[in-house]
Amino acid sequence: MDYTFDGKAKRLTFILMGIGLLSLILGYVMGGDHAGQRVWSSILISGFFFFGIGLIATFFLAIQYAAEAGWGIVLKRIMEGVAAYTPIGAVTLVVVFLASTFHLNHLYHWMDASLYDTASDHYDEIIAHKQAYLNLPFWWIRTLAYLGVYVWFTNIFRKRSLAEDEIADNQKPFYLKNQTLAAIFLVFFGYTSVTASWDWLMSIDTHWFSTIFGWYIFSGMWISSMVMMVLLIVYLKGKGLMDFVNDSHIHDMGKWVFGVSFLWTYLFFCQFMLIWYSNIPEEVTYYQARINDYTWVFWGTMLINFIFPMLLLMSKDAKRNAGFLSFVGAIIFFGHWLDVYMIITPGTMKEHGHLGIVEIGTFLGFLGLFLYTVLNALSKRPLLVKNHPMLEESLHHHIN
Amino acid sequence: MSKAIYALYDDDEVMVDGAKTILSNDIRIKDVYSPFPIHGLENVLGIKWTRLAITSFMYGITGLTLALLGIWFFMIDDWPMNIGGKPSMDLYQNIPAFIPVTFEFTVLCAAHGMAITYLIRNWTLPGLPARNPHPRTTDDHFAIEIAHDENTGKSTDEIRAILQGTNPVEIFEK
Repeated sequence: MDYTFDGKAKRLTFILMGIGLLSLILGYVMGGDHAGQRVWSSILISGFFFFGIGLIATFFLAIQYAAEAGWGIVLKRIMEGVAAYTPIGAVTLVVVFLASTFHLNHLYHWMDASLYDTASDHYDEIIAHKQAYLNLPFWWIRTLAYLGVYVWFTNIFRKRSLAEDEIADNQKPFYLKNQTLAAIFLVFFGYTSVTASWDWLMSIDTHWFSTIFGWYIFSGMWISSMVMMVLLIVYLKGKGLMDFVNDSHIHDMGKWVFGVSFLWTYLFFCQFMLIWYSNIPEEVTYYQARINDYTWVFWGTMLINFIFPMLLLMSKDAKRNAGFLSFVGAIIFFGHWLDVYMIITPGTMKEHGHLGIVEIGTFLGFLGLFLYTVLNALSKRPLLVKNHPMLEESLHHHIN
Repeated sequence: MSKAIYALYDDDEVMVDGAKTILSNDIRIKDVYSPFPIHGLENVLGIKWTRLAITSFMYGITGLTLALLGIWFFMIDDWPMNIGGKPSMDLYQNIPAFIPVTFEFTVLCAAHGMAITYLIRNWTLPGLPARNPHPRTTDDHFAIEIAHDENTGKSTDEIRAILQGTNPVEIFEK
């Protein structure tokens, strides 16, 4: 059951990466007043979106370990494969952050030093009060700590999983160790996924704050990652390489897609309704910028990401049908990319944001990079793990 | 004359094997009593998939409609109120405020409707007499029920002989 990353698939990922690079160059060349900002915004949108997909794969794997879940062990290599993008995604984020720090772009308004200078015209009292937390050195320490720890956990889970394939029978050295490690990771991730979303995304709209923002970002990442795993499983199953994945596994993945879609909608609406209801100027500006200037994107993400999974994935038959599930998944996958676009663009581009060739092209470019990394990782080892204590249970997974 | 003949087993796998043997002898099984759900049993017995989920959906839609209608009447039509500077002039402008209530009422109707439908359909409402043939089918035993009127082609003795071959702990009629 080995997957070979053949020339045809490789070519496709390179073409996608080429489209991405071309559209970035085109974005600069086509110009306009906001060309640089637009290009960097696009990189942050797609860079963060795909980084989140990789990171959630590690998170999902950790859930399987911590909960001693048996059903998904046949999908473990898929999770590890998607998680293999985490280090690459971390690098792309660091590139964007470095460019912001050295003022090659103005994605993060608070990085402007004149805001903190009382003598300057640009002095901003509100932002100056946030300086104790939101200052460059501390922000970089946090960012590198988050990324470093995420990548470290991703790598050690992968390393142990590969080592487990080689060991002799009846030796289960990693089972309990992984459970402990996964629990530690989940606690770390639980706090830092929230604070990281403040640092990387919420600080773009520097004046604004929302306490539920972290979970909202996290749920969006989660759903995109689950859809990505479903798509990969369907792709590999279509090649006849994952016949050990049965309808019940697909059904369970479908339940995750369905369930997390509601988690996302719930958190989206929680944030929206409380701000809409209280109508406080310092909070409501966030939604005014989005609803007034990005009306269709704002309501469109809500509709795509809520109505589509609710109506189309409600029945059991829809969740068990791999083709139908991946069709709906592909739509909400794009919907959640649009959601990240909607979170970042009004902050970085104000009312001048576009949804055109640069943004979509960058998305395709990152998709190519992502698929290259993931398919490459998948081709390195057999698609079915060996020697995991829960493997037999997972192979016989059957639900109604 | 008893209505049905029962075979009592002390192991679920023995019972499932027994059910297969019984069915292969062209005897129809009316029902099976078990203290817990048995994996794969519904396929052996050929039980059709439940339509309870569909009723749940219909109750949910009913709840959604009732909640929106009610809120429209209470808060917009009958007695519009100005709450926190948000005057209730029409439903559309105030819909975000009404979503939580609508959601809760949808869940309430779906859950209660489904539970009550289930209890009525099984006729196990509170206060009704227990219908399981043997008290131990709520503890650690499993019973197969074979109704006489469904198996008119075979005599009681024939059925008993076949049941005896499936290793039950007891065979009785009720």
